Amino acid sequence: MNTNFKSWPILLALGLTSVPLVTMYAYMIIDTVTVSPPGSFIPNGISFGSWSFLWEAPAPGRPSIWSVTLNTFIFACVSTLMALSVSLTGGYALSRLHLPFRGFFLGGLIVLHAFPTITLIIAIFLILQMVGLYDTLAGVILVKAALEIPFGVWIMKGFYDTVPWEIEMAGLTDGATRFTVWRKLVLPQVQPGITALGIFAFLSGWSEFILPQVLAPGADAQVLGVYLQSLISDDTSMDFAKFKSVGVFYAIPVILIYILFNKHLMNIYGGGTKG
Amino acid sequence: MRIELKNFKKTFGDITVIEDMSLSLESGEMLALLGPSGCGKSTTLFAICGIHRMTGGQLLFGDRDVTLVPSQQRNVGVVFQNYALYPHMNAYENIAFPLMIRKEDRKTIEKKVSEIAALVHIGELMERKPAQLSGGQQQRVALARALVREPDILLLDEPLANLDAKLRLEMRSEIRRIQQQTGITAILVTHDQVEAMSMCDRIAIMNKGDIVQLSSPQDMYQNPNSEFVASFLGNPPIAFLDGVVTDGGVQLASSEALLPLRGQHGLPSSGMPIRLGIRPEHFQPENPLKVTGRISFVETQGREELYDVTLSNGSVLRSIQRQGGGYHLGDEVSWGIAENQILAFDASGARLHMGALA
Repeated sequence: MNTNFKSWPILLALGLTSVPLVTMYAYMIIDTVTVSPPGSFIPNGISFGSWSFLWEAPAPGRPSIWSVTLNTFIFACVSTLMALSVSLTGGYALSRLHLPFRGFFLGGLIVLHAFPTITLIIAIFLILQMVGLYDTLAGVILVKAALEIPFGVWIMKGFYDTVPWEIEMAGLTDGATRFTVWRKLVLPQVQPGITALGIFAFLSGWSEFILPQVLAPGADAQVLGVYLQSLISDDTSMDFAKFKSVGVFYAIPVILIYILFNKHLMNIYGGGTKG
Repeated sequence: MRIELKNFKKTFGDITVIEDMSLSLESGEMLALLGPSGCGKSTTLFAICGIHRMTGGQLLFGDRDVTLVPSQQRNVGVVFQNYALYPHMNAYENIAFPLMIRKEDRKTIEKKVSEIAALVHIGELMERKPAQLSGGQQQRVALARALVREPDILLLDEPLANLDAKLRLEMRSEIRRIQQQTGITAILVTHDQVEAMSMCDRIAIMNKGDIVQLSSPQDMYQNPNSEFVASFLGNPPIAFLDGVVTDGGVQLASSEALLPLRGQHGLPSSGMPIRLGIRPEHFQPENPLKVTGRISFVETQGREELYDVTLSNGSVLRSIQRQGGGYHLGDEVSWGIAENQILAFDASGARLHMGALA
């Protein structure tokens, strides 16, 4: 590449165009630990005051950041587990079993996946209220998991399709039941898919905003996205440094996960394409 | 164990793959199901191991009727064409898997696995994952896994198709050795007649869902009951001459040449069409029944040389001879056919049995 293609013009162009982005990210973090005079880029002092939400008691009527974080964690984990368990079994069924209406299910999955969540929200709201799950973490977890499932089933079906039939046939003739074959022989082959799908579902749950905002706005079931929004919608005390601090706090797990698992995340494109 | 398949029928939807097939294997016998692709040989194999349900008929392992028994309880060992090793397990775990499913205790498993590994010569490879094994080694692991729980029958689905030529030769004799050493009843599915002839006690040639001939390799080669069988067995393949029976012998098609098959009885009456099959080893310079043609192709095979001889009517005869005959492409030659080795077939492809006049 070096001999017949100069790299510096590209680097220069990329560098110039990403300067605004880099600046924004840099100041998002810098502003949370410094104080600057209005209108100035140069901070004139260090202060961790905007991070005080981490250790100070919350204002009356406000949930503590730690209970909100715990809620977010539960929300992301449980909806991931539910979506994973249905995707793993449903994807297998669609890939391998002679289901009636198989084509209908496959088409339905795509349609459901393409359906914008927001168009369903009034119906979901009514349903949750009727069954008494409105403003509970359980209710919004169920909704989130249900909406994750079409994508998950579709991705897992693609992974299952790449597992050779012969492995299952060999397992059966070796005396294993269909379930054991799935559990011990097939699941290990789709391990990359499980990892990738799990991380995707977790990140999607972690960053979910609109569902908890509409379906569980109360203090008991609040998640970080809603907490952040309530900060900015509070006109009486606009604190941008605190808003940025919570934003950074909210983003840290996501950044860590991307750094640790980026290789696994790429798998979803490598393995899931043969569906 | 004696295996018997009675009136086996298999359909997929509207397509009937096998109409009515019966087959029985003696205990300890190795049988080849040989045929072109799509003849139903793999379907038969999958029905025997229980992966496909039989549409009709009966399957007996010894005295036990296993027609409706699910695959898990049939006790068959299968080696698949791509070996189907479990990629996430090492060789030891692969071989031990059937025993672990049966919940045998660890000591027994270890003992059985090391015995079978010694039998197939892979004792030193047990820690490796399938991806770290060569094709031949994977094949041995697959064999070991199929044999470790002492199945009633061993099924081999094109086991050599994925190996290179040298390994194929080696594994051919290895599989036969292992089969004979364990005394297991085995079925080999293949489309390669050399494999079938060299490895098996008997061959069942299949065509379009039916067994067309079932016999020992030697007998099948010498006495094929149809043109299909004759053309399927033999390498280089048999050559055919079309002709019409006359009083003096066989008049070759669109030619003046007359093969004076006077010494034969069993020829059909005059005027009937006939096909004569002549194997390359029976078309040699020294034989008496001469035909004349031009050498149109020479293939050197090392020890031997293969010649195609085009006759004046366009038919081609093949001859395989030792090196050093001194013949060249384009030479006009007059070589002879071994009269009593000619295989004659009627227009429908059925064998006509001729014999020398006493």
